Amino acid sequence: MVVVDDLHVVYRVYGSNADKGTAATALLRMIRRQRRPSIREVHAIRGMSFVAYRGDAVGVIGRNGSGKSTLLRAIAGLLPAEQGAVYTDGHAALLGVNAALLEDLTGERNVVLGCLAMGMAPQEVKDAKPNIVDFSGVGDFINLPMKAYSTGMGSRLRFAIASAKSHDILLVDEALATGDAEFQRKSHRRIDELREKAGTVFLVAHNLNEIAETCNRVIWLEKGRIVKAGDDVPGILDDYLVASGSEPRFREAAAVD
Amino acid sequence: MRNQGRVSAPGHLSGPVDGSADSSATATAVAEPENNLLPPGSLSELAATHGLKKTAIRPPLRSYASELWQRRYFIGGFATARNIAMYTEARLGQVWQVLTPLLNATVYYLIFGLLLNTSRGVPDYISFLVTGIFVFNFTQRAFITSSQVIRDTLPLIRALYFPRACLPLGYVLIELQQLILSFAVLFVIVLIRGEPVTPYWLLIIPALVLQSVFNVGAGLILARWGASFDDVSQLLPFIVRTWMYVSGVLFSLQALTLTVTGRLHDHPTIAYLLQINPAAVYITLVRYALLTDYRRAMPGAKPYNQHMCQLYRVFPGQHVYDSAYCHPTLPSMPTLWMYGAGWAVVAAIIGFLFFWRAEARYGRG
Repeated sequence: MVVVDDLHVVYRVYGSNADKGTAATALLRMIRRQRRPSIREVHAIRGMSFVAYRGDAVGVIGRNGSGKSTLLRAIAGLLPAEQGAVYTDGHAALLGVNAALLEDLTGERNVVLGCLAMGMAPQEVKDAKPNIVDFSGVGDFINLPMKAYSTGMGSRLRFAIASAKSHDILLVDEALATGDAEFQRKSHRRIDELREKAGTVFLVAHNLNEIAETCNRVIWLEKGRIVKAGDDVPGILDDYLVASGSEPRFREAAAVD
Repeated sequence: MRNQGRVSAPGHLSGPVDGSADSSATATAVAEPENNLLPPGSLSELAATHGLKKTAIRPPLRSYASELWQRRYFIGGFATARNIAMYTEARLGQVWQVLTPLLNATVYYLIFGLLLNTSRGVPDYISFLVTGIFVFNFTQRAFITSSQVIRDTLPLIRALYFPRACLPLGYVLIELQQLILSFAVLFVIVLIRGEPVTPYWLLIIPALVLQSVFNVGAGLILARWGASFDDVSQLLPFIVRTWMYVSGVLFSLQALTLTVTGRLHDHPTIAYLLQINPAAVYITLVRYALLTDYRRAMPGAKPYNQHMCQLYRVFPGQHVYDSAYCHPTLPSMPTLWMYGAGWAVVAAIIGFLFFWRAEARYGRG
């Protein structure tokens, strides 16, 4: 279960513009005890509240820069809240777009270390390993360092590792987008299984079909705020499509079903 | 009503946030958000009734420690995997694990033993030097790698939850594995130099255990610093190198204190402090265990004899063993063991607490 209570997140970005970045200016700044002038603050989430229960799969949609990834990282506890809070009943696993866990190690070692890091016992890891490798579908690449993987292979293996254990909260940030059609089907089934085990899943995706198939709730973000949020998944997706200038299609599809 | 106020207006947020960054949003402010995922009532109370906890809060110390213990296989696996991966790109592969300390020792021998002649007043300088370098190298490598560990493993930290202290622990374990290999080399060297195998050698084990505990503690501190400031890993090599020069790795602190021309001759307090610094303590403990000549020539090893001592102090080259007749410059060996244990315990406790306190902040930003 996840409770997001009036959350504000502010990024501080270092070294944007204005700073000449020479050693002399840096030294002068230290002597004068000034803050780095190039710090820019980006108010990425501006007051957001919602509740997601166990067994929910929540889709998060919105344009680039609307705060989707920031929201997921805040739920994972990787970003501090400037104001408000996120409450959870356990630890979150966050699957992002970067492909590897430890990129100079082989896929197989990543599987083993990932499972051990999640707290599995060595014997459990041994039992789970064939399934993980099989699920990821990376084949012979499993014996190569992960930096040799394509983005798709890397994120498939990551998803396979992270979903091998049931998490209280699983946050998937576009990590499935790079997989092929078959992998996407498999991962949807896996997400359903995780939901049945009473975990909460958050899914960020630009592919709205993915959300329509996987999620029972959806949150639409715009500039760090919620535009619409609720269980009427096809309805909200259609409204989002209309707002971004496309034809609505999900309500009809749902009616046909 | 309540939701409306909460969802739409960040205007009461303190700090400089209100200013420039906000202006773009107010223009496009959406009328009324439709949020059906908001149950009535206070959210924080709802969270409390379901027993939820705030994210980004560090776990209590005890459960942190037990989680860490539960991840012991991860620490071991992480160290082994990293150790293997470290040399996969090099053509000589694992040979470098042995070659690196050997080349290190050779370079220092050429410069300090032959060129600068710092071997004055030390019996069997080669064994003395190689032991010192290998022992110090353990701490040096543990410090430098620990300071980079959080940055090195950012993707892993951001993806999965586990106690982050696993990572510096794993890095120190890597260096311990390397140390064991370099000690195999060291044993070969001292045997070639004619060192007899004695029961004293067993003392190497507790000495290195204490050093490992010290390295873990200090490594935890450096890992936290290195996570927040990249400057630490830039600065650290210089600090560690200075530390090496003042810890009697390349020359004997005792000789510097005793001989009449020694730089520390008139500064007994400084000499004492240098000799009880952690690096010097562990080096001395290992040298004492491993090297017979070192033990034999240790000041205080024989009853005080002013004449013999004076010979050493004036002609350390010719009377290298007569330092044994001088008053001890070091605290006694039992005291030195106490120092070694003390440094280890203090570093481990402070390091663990210090690292744990920032647990929720690793991987942020």
